[in-house]
Amino acid sequence: MAIDIDIAHVARLARLGLTDEELEGYKSQLADILEHAARVQSLEGDPHPGSAHPLGFDNAFRDDERRPSLDREEVLSQAPEAMDGFFVAPPALETE
Amino acid sequence: MTARWEAVIGIEVHVELATDSKMFCGCAVEFGSEPNTNVCPVCLGLPGALPVPNRKAIEWIMAIGLALNCQVSHKSVFHRKNYFYADLPKNYQISQYDIPVCHDGYLDLPNDGESVRVGIERAHMEEDTGKSTHVGDGGRIHAAKSTLLDFNRSGVPLVEIVSKPDIRTATQARAYAQELRAIVLELGVSDARLEEGSMRFDANVSIRPEGSDVLGTKVEIKNMNSFRSLERAIDYEIQRQIEATGSDSDVIQETRHWDEEAGVTHSMRTKEGSSDYRYFIEPDLVPMIMDETWVATIRNKLPELPAQRRERYLGQGLDESSAGVLSDSPAMLRSLYDETVSLGADTRATANWLTGEVTAWLRKTGTEPADLRLEPVHLQELITIVDEGVVSSSAAKEVLEGILSGEGSARVVAERRDLIQISDSSALAEVIGHVLEEHPDAVASYQEGEQKVVGFLVGQVMRATQGKADPKLANEMLREALGGS
Repeated sequence: MAIDIDIAHVARLARLGLTDEELEGYKSQLADILEHAARVQSLEGDPHPGSAHPLGFDNAFRDDERRPSLDREEVLSQAPEAMDGFFVAPPALETE
Repeated sequence: MTARWEAVIGIEVHVELATDSKMFCGCAVEFGSEPNTNVCPVCLGLPGALPVPNRKAIEWIMAIGLALNCQVSHKSVFHRKNYFYADLPKNYQISQYDIPVCHDGYLDLPNDGESVRVGIERAHMEEDTGKSTHVGDGGRIHAAKSTLLDFNRSGVPLVEIVSKPDIRTATQARAYAQELRAIVLELGVSDARLEEGSMRFDANVSIRPEGSDVLGTKVEIKNMNSFRSLERAIDYEIQRQIEATGSDSDVIQETRHWDEEAGVTHSMRTKEGSSDYRYFIEPDLVPMIMDETWVATIRNKLPELPAQRRERYLGQGLDESSAGVLSDSPAMLRSLYDETVSLGADTRATANWLTGEVTAWLRKTGTEPADLRLEPVHLQELITIVDEGVVSSSAAKEVLEGILSGEGSARVVAERRDLIQISDSSALAEVIGHVLEEHPDAVASYQEGEQKVVGFLVGQVMRATQGKADPKLANEMLREALGGS
């Protein structure tokens, strides 16, 4: 079955800069995956009722208790750029 | 354009919960800490870190939902909301999608006479993002050279409350937001400080011809950080849409940013469709089951809510305005009201003293309500001696000051400070005799029919007694002495 994919849109959502050639390649690979999923979905009968989670349990909570945080210098040393205790990132708004 | 328009408004409110620790990790929830000091692998989104939900946050969102007359879902799950932004280190926010913790409630707005019920679509649990500061030319977001990031706020429990589009005016929107704030404060689940961003509003605004039931093009407005700016922004946006409709610049679906200083909304970017967030079930978290026992436990712990309290005050004879003011007063003053009234004091007088003079005294002296030293029995006695005419109402304010400064009971203070009214007619008669002798002109005017000179003469009696005469009695006795009427 034919599945229509806007592969450029998918790439944009994932912030991937792909060439036209790569887009074509991924489009056909993604189509194969989706077609497989569609075949599974169309199976007769339902041996596994839909579930939110494969593990058979729920309500895994923790108490509202504080635990030590990380050392800031160590945290910031992992970042490409830091300043005055802050992470530094490129300007946030794209000016499209 | 002669058509009449009505606005259709829905409000989204974000409330940060004041838990000790974050939603999915043990880092402290604290406003104003040094940047990036309350962070760990979970809230920094480091690979392999696994979230574990905070039970108290779940109980608190249930309490919020119940206070808003919502259904609590029997089963609820977390979803990932995927988007890229520098303040979101995992590139997804753990949020909820189709099965929120709470749904389908309502909130009745306090409104003189006509009551307004605003439906609540849902209240869902999510995590807050980090905080970004744009630096560069003039602090303007478009001209920013770089973004500074502080992840202390990342992962703070955040409840989003979405109203149905039942609001019609900016005034109602404000009343809705204020009532919601009063509720979360009463529940004690958030400090709900607008200026610190622990309570934030977005409004969805559209217009349609009055009486129509189609929905117009919806515009989302953001960045209102006070009740006043919420009201102003909505008023502005309604007017902008009315003017834009039918013109070349028709209303488009978009997000607009409220500019407080200029008093206008600016376009931000076209709104991404919700499918672009590619919600899917958060595989790192298991479902939550809120069974009846758990819900009942939370429900039984709900405090008296502002609306119930106002209703109770109205039943005790307060008018709408004092019921509202007292209901919004600090807990200390409200319990003083309850205790004083239970001693038999008049409800209206008690409310007036507490929301008037006592509140003014707290403000003047910079005293925290919790540090107020006022025995209910002293307030009751003060009300009694004013009622009996032992002290005048102006002297009573001084008596109150004495009580609040720890000088003793109302009667003791009144005596010590020499504030007892002269309501003994023989003592007053002497004073009145002197006053009449000293002002023959006034007496003559009165006899010629100038009734209002009595006021002047009462003033003279008050002066002669240093304000201690009972003015009502003085007035009566003066008229009698002047010869009837």
